[in-house]
Amino acid sequence: MASMAESRLRLISIYPVLLGTYGDGGNLRVLTTRARARGIDVDSIELDAGEPVPDSADLYLLGGGEDDAQVAAARALRADGGLTRAATKGATVFGVCAGYQLLGAVFPGSDGVPEPGLGLLDVTTERLPKRAVGELLATPYAAGLRDPLTGYENHAGATRLGTAAQPLARVEVGIGNGTSDAGEASSEGAVQGHLIGTYLHGPGLARNPELADLLLSWVVGAPLEPWPQADVNALRAERLAAVSRGRR
Amino acid sequence: MGFGRFAGSLSRALGRGDGLVIGGKVVLALCPDAFARLATGHRVVFVSATNGKTTTTRLLAAAMRAAGSVVTNDSGANMPAGIVAALARPSAAPNDHAPAVIEADETYLPGLLPGAHGPLLVLGNLTRDQLDRVGEVAMVARRWRAAFAKTDSLSAIANVDDPHVAWAAGLINDVTWVSAGQRWTADSALCPSCGLILHRAAVDHPGNPDWSCTCGVRRPTPAWQLETTDTKATLVGPDAARYPIELQLPGRANQANAAMAAVAAQLLGVAPGTALTAMQSVQSVGGRYQTVSLGGRQVRLLLGKNPAGWSEMFGMLAPAPAPVVIAINARAADGKDPSWLWDVPFEQLADRFVVATGERRHDLGVRLLYADVAHATVADPWTGLPSEVADAGRPGHPALDAVGTYTAFRELLRRGGGANDNGLHG
Repeated sequence: MASMAESRLRLISIYPVLLGTYGDGGNLRVLTTRARARGIDVDSIELDAGEPVPDSADLYLLGGGEDDAQVAAARALRADGGLTRAATKGATVFGVCAGYQLLGAVFPGSDGVPEPGLGLLDVTTERLPKRAVGELLATPYAAGLRDPLTGYENHAGATRLGTAAQPLARVEVGIGNGTSDAGEASSEGAVQGHLIGTYLHGPGLARNPELADLLLSWVVGAPLEPWPQADVNALRAERLAAVSRGRR
Repeated sequence: MGFGRFAGSLSRALGRGDGLVIGGKVVLALCPDAFARLATGHRVVFVSATNGKTTTTRLLAAAMRAAGSVVTNDSGANMPAGIVAALARPSAAPNDHAPAVIEADETYLPGLLPGAHGPLLVLGNLTRDQLDRVGEVAMVARRWRAAFAKTDSLSAIANVDDPHVAWAAGLINDVTWVSAGQRWTADSALCPSCGLILHRAAVDHPGNPDWSCTCGVRRPTPAWQLETTDTKATLVGPDAARYPIELQLPGRANQANAAMAAVAAQLLGVAPGTALTAMQSVQSVGGRYQTVSLGGRQVRLLLGKNPAGWSEMFGMLAPAPAPVVIAINARAADGKDPSWLWDVPFEQLADRFVVATGERRHDLGVRLLYADVAHATVADPWTGLPSEVADAGRPGHPALDAVGTYTAFRELLRRGGGANDNGLHG
């Protein structure tokens, strides 16, 4: 892990051409800008599909993608091994949608055939009976997060958490993980050590600056100074108001 | 034809403009096979793509009018109800044998094929758009290919530079392949057939458009080719004949639309030179590129609804440091998730001032914040623009560019009193 005084932060976006269909490439841009705004030097790297994954970076990002692209990315990452080595060494990993599912043990591949994931997150994903599409609002459980999580979900995954993973948040509006049992609160996303998986697009880190700063604080090993931005506050206020009016 | 007259009077009785679509819905409710009945006798041409289908339809209709009458849904209503309404308009159908140039929404195209008799398809491109409604690109391509395989006596004109389009059209016996270009490649990283990473020759040889996969799928050899330089565009035919493309519409994407339309016109009996000359009559398409008066300024209206479309937009805007107004909505017709704003390299606007407006202006505001583009979010820019916009669009100054998503664009057109191509107010 890098410390703030030490070298530059290395942020890697994994195969955005495969896992960038839903705008999640914006998460790299958000983290880069928010780190630099705090005087932290950053190297931001976008890896081409199939390129070897350096295991020495501080933070890795995976986004949403189409079914075939998700399978192609998972196979390339399993064959390469770099992301698994990095995560084992304690790197921070943030996966969204397809990128969340492939961090788990298994997910539905092309035509629904189960495909092995990287097994870094203790989650398994099956097909939802009906695709989850719309605004997602959730109350965070994770330490260091207080503000409601807001985003847009568009997936057909029913993700079940094993005992090693904790839910990221409780669903207020939307589907999220889509696997709650009767009488149980619906959960969204998963946290395990410094790995986070979520269904929040928007992109998730643009809509939820507290989550972006939590990831950065893990990497630098210290909380960050506030960096309030009127544009971000206005977007959050507008989205939270829209969801409370029942617009999904 | 009695049915057509009935449908026509019904749709007229129900109104015009958007009323046309309502009329079409009523007709379809009364007669689910209305499209097949109304299409009887017409040579049906379906124009479909993610981007450029309205313009290509408009250009092809203009070209075909050089040879006689044409039936077309030039209002841009490209779902079944709008298509039925257009075919039912008696004024639009002076005889049953006129070619019917039909813009078809890419998700509805498969369902329309059984109703036409030996239709000609004009297939431009498939890229991410309205992912909440349309779904993923690979899925749309699969549905196209399956539907094309089931349709008898189909013929097509297809763009070899879009792998999804080329693969979907690959099972059609009679295809005229055109190299019309495709700047946006982020949706075709994988082979549409086997899902392996597609090899693109441009990686080693910049500018080489070839693509192929180890499974054997590869870019077909085009019979027609669009050649573009900074100053001119030329359509090159199979016999090496060269046809200059000189349009009133701006941008490389419209040159590609014209190339596809000219090849279609040629197959329908209008020579490419004649067709391209006729296309020069098109000055705006559904209000796109039209200049209207808004807030005491001359404002040029542009449609920017997805990342592939935006990739062609930067070259069309008035040069920097001209300011630009961008209006973002996320209604059903725009796609309800504007996350795609992060796929657009708005960093390219760094030396301009941007006015972010529309119902989702704050999504754009955050995007521009992180792109480090000077901007203001304004609910209604036409009652007071920020001072940074200065004199743009005022008398003696160039028009102010305003780019909108589909419904935001329609609102700009309505506010500006712009006319759509039917002479109706949008």
